[in-house]
Amino acid sequence: MNGPEAVLRVSAGPVPEKPKAVRRSSPSRLSADFLFHKAAVFAAFLAAATLFATVIAITYDSWPSIQTFGVWGFLKSSEWNPVTQTFGAFPFIVGTLISSAIAMSLGVPVSFGIAVFITEIAPAWIKKPVAGAIELLAAIPSIVYGLWGLLVFAPVFAEIEPWITRNLGAIPGIGPLFHGPPMGIGMLTAGIILAIMVLPYISSIMRDVFLVVPSSLRESAYALGSTTWEVAWHIVLPYTRSAVIGAIFLGLGRALGETMAVTFVIGNSNVLSSSLLMPGATIPSVLANEFTEATTMLYRSSLIYLGLILIAVTLTVQSFAVLLIRRLGRSQGASA
Amino acid sequence: MGVVARRRAADVASKILMGIATAVGVFFLLWIIWTTLRFGISGMHWDLFTKDTPPPGTDEFGLRNAFVGSLILLAVSLSIGVPIGLMAGTWLAEYGFRGRTANAVRFINDIMLSAPSIEIGLFAYAIMVGPMGHFSAAAGGVALAILMIPIIVRTTDEMLGLIGSDMREAAIALGAPVWVVVTKVTWKAARAGILTGILIALARVTGETAPLLFTALNDQFFSTGLLRPIANIPVVIYQFALSPYANWQQMAWAAAFITVLFVLVLSLVARSVLGKVQVPK
Repeated sequence: MNGPEAVLRVSAGPVPEKPKAVRRSSPSRLSADFLFHKAAVFAAFLAAATLFATVIAITYDSWPSIQTFGVWGFLKSSEWNPVTQTFGAFPFIVGTLISSAIAMSLGVPVSFGIAVFITEIAPAWIKKPVAGAIELLAAIPSIVYGLWGLLVFAPVFAEIEPWITRNLGAIPGIGPLFHGPPMGIGMLTAGIILAIMVLPYISSIMRDVFLVVPSSLRESAYALGSTTWEVAWHIVLPYTRSAVIGAIFLGLGRALGETMAVTFVIGNSNVLSSSLLMPGATIPSVLANEFTEATTMLYRSSLIYLGLILIAVTLTVQSFAVLLIRRLGRSQGASA
Repeated sequence: MGVVARRRAADVASKILMGIATAVGVFFLLWIIWTTLRFGISGMHWDLFTKDTPPPGTDEFGLRNAFVGSLILLAVSLSIGVPIGLMAGTWLAEYGFRGRTANAVRFINDIMLSAPSIEIGLFAYAIMVGPMGHFSAAAGGVALAILMIPIIVRTTDEMLGLIGSDMREAAIALGAPVWVVVTKVTWKAARAGILTGILIALARVTGETAPLLFTALNDQFFSTGLLRPIANIPVVIYQFALSPYANWQQMAWAAAFITVLFVLVLSLVARSVLGKVQVPK
């Protein structure tokens, strides 16, 4: 609109527009309002009802398996045999818990380090690009983590595994966890890749809540002679404790339910192994791996039953996460 | 070592460790992007866009059916997810406010926001694939839409919440009905933020694979029908990466590269749009 046309347009004066009819008393105004409101209510209802519908539908689909194997019997049985049609969840539950435990024990400290680095230590010019880079980790699709994990990371990790066996394998007590052939894939690889994947989720929430800490608290501590580390550990962390635990729970929920990346690198063995270097399986990985091959109704139903166990666990974990993260916001009230 | 020296040493050590932690995070990001770039570009081939996925054992290239299938799935999921997400977010911000019901919906939505995508796949399987008796593109689109909705709901709710009440009051004082106030005033004022939410939702579902394994599955041939299985990029990456054929693995990398590029561009566009959001005070 900066060329001569614009001048022409302006010089021609405003085009007289026909005034729009104001339908003030027409009944359509009322009904349009009514319809818009109802559409919004319906959409909100749909959005919320999906959660319950998901649980109900998955329960319904796993019913044949629930009836055949029961609850306790299914949870503690290690037998997973499509030929004899006997199914038990135990190896997959343990595999899910172990891979997530590895992910948390590596991912939480690193996430905390990243959050403190960005909020307390880094000079202003480095904050934004670093925070952006860490957030991009969350944008990478999990299938790409899987592809990279299997074809790039696993071969490199296979070179490191003999070193792990030599050093960590010699520690009494936990040593046997690190014995095994250096294949590059297995429970430990899955845990490490999960740890990378949860970094952006945990660290970005930690970072956000660390910024909520009133600067008066921070400055008072510095004025009393605290070091940066002491401020982070004794002032910032206690102030944001509930939200930090919430962030960890949120990351845990992600790790428990992560499917593709784990399926690629865990090795997909339905037999529980005593070593972290050996292949294993998690609930999502066995679902992704065997679902399309499940030919009988009971087989498919048992797989969905595994999904039901997973959703029960993740929903609990995530409810805690949301409640804990919200608590900080509420106690802050308007000042947040 | 004195107390001061010890505290100072702890401080320096912790700063170094925090720096290393951050470096580790950035290192893995660069490593993943670098390998995707390297293998992806070397796997680039014009046939990828013009030919369909080749049968096993041949040395041909082709992903046309998967690209088209993925675009169809995304279109279906957008056409379901955007209206529902937008309206639900609008209800929260414009009708529900801070009420008990609205907060309950927000709580459930926050849980859905990080629900494992594989469970959503099982849900779409249960309500669509089971009753219909076969895998279908429509079921895949529904699964992706369910993953999109919580993101759109949340950003819409938050962005509309940023609009000051004076604008609404002014519009109402002029005699506008509520639906006109919402569509012509508040949506318009918050459009950059709402658009960001939709872009983020699109980026999130673009690479989703797990739910598609239970719904859209895959198809070796070109198809656009919504009621039958459809080829799509994520499932092709999954199947080709685990195959023994070198050209299939190359195609998996090429597809992963294009997916990552698409998602990163979407994320960057979303961020720059969000940067332009002006908060009316």
